[in-house]
Amino acid sequence: MIGMNHYLILSAILFAISVMGIFLNRKNIIVVLLSIELMLLAVNFNFVTFSSFLHNVAGQIFVFFTLTVAAAESAIGLAILIILFRNLRSINVRDMDQLKG
Amino acid sequence: MDIVSVLFYVFAAILLFSGFRVITAKNPVHAALFLVLAFVTSACLWMMLNVEFLALTLILVYVGAVMVLFLFVVMMLDVDLESLRKGFWKNMPLALVLGVVVLLEMLLVIVKNPVVTSVANVDPESKISNANKLGWVLYTQYSYPVELASMILLLGLVVAVALTLRKTDKQAKYQNIAAQVAVDSKTRFTMVKMAAEVEEISSAENKQETAGDKQ
Repeated sequence: MIGMNHYLILSAILFAISVMGIFLNRKNIIVVLLSIELMLLAVNFNFVTFSSFLHNVAGQIFVFFTLTVAAAESAIGLAILIILFRNLRSINVRDMDQLKG
Repeated sequence: MDIVSVLFYVFAAILLFSGFRVITAKNPVHAALFLVLAFVTSACLWMMLNVEFLALTLILVYVGAVMVLFLFVVMMLDVDLESLRKGFWKNMPLALVLGVVVLLEMLLVIVKNPVVTSVANVDPESKISNANKLGWVLYTQYSYPVELASMILLLGLVVAVALTLRKTDKQAKYQNIAAQVAVDSKTRFTMVKMAAEVEEISSAENKQETAGDKQ
């Protein structure tokens, strides 16, 4: 029988994969954004699991708002990506040093 | 093993494989497509948890809108893929250590925590659908957050347009704030001298009278 632990462990593995993805592809800002989406999916998975197993609808409401914020975030992230590419002709994170940080 | 367990393990395997391919794919287009697969698979898993509304929302919002936007941008940009892959193997040891540490910490919490015991995830008496349940609280208890979420979406729309609009574009209309601040009364209000118009009352009345007589 599939219990709560199965779902939680699955989302934990997914989260660890996406953390690794950010470190492996840190030059490529597109894959970093994709990894962040994957990370949000893993977190949403936890919310949905707890909400379903504990019969509490608040977790699903939170996932609803997370989806909203994630959609706005990726839209703005892609807009920034487009203007970066327009100005630098590359999306390498190494080239983004205009702020001299 | 019952059918639910088999389905869970199949979907979990597909989900983990596609998540792994997202971070290892050479081409970002392939990575985005594998992320689509991950979203669809996790929507299937959410269906198994009786969370139908959010599962469908995930497919509609993420696969239908966000990932299409991603694919559009990724295909539009002409990027040098080789230079972006350079640090991949160099970063591998650090990433592996970090991923394993994160995973172990979370597994420790999950396995050791007494709260995490399995309760039946289906309420057999419940005749109310998942969307109905969500709707009851979404527009009563959480109506203020819903308004805030709509403002966030509007903000995303405005910011995305404002960022990508070119200043050199002739179609674009911009406010010149310095000019607006420097305005004084002389540039806004001009006195125009013109000759006064004198109305010829008597002649106009005479004409009306003659018109009345004819009728």
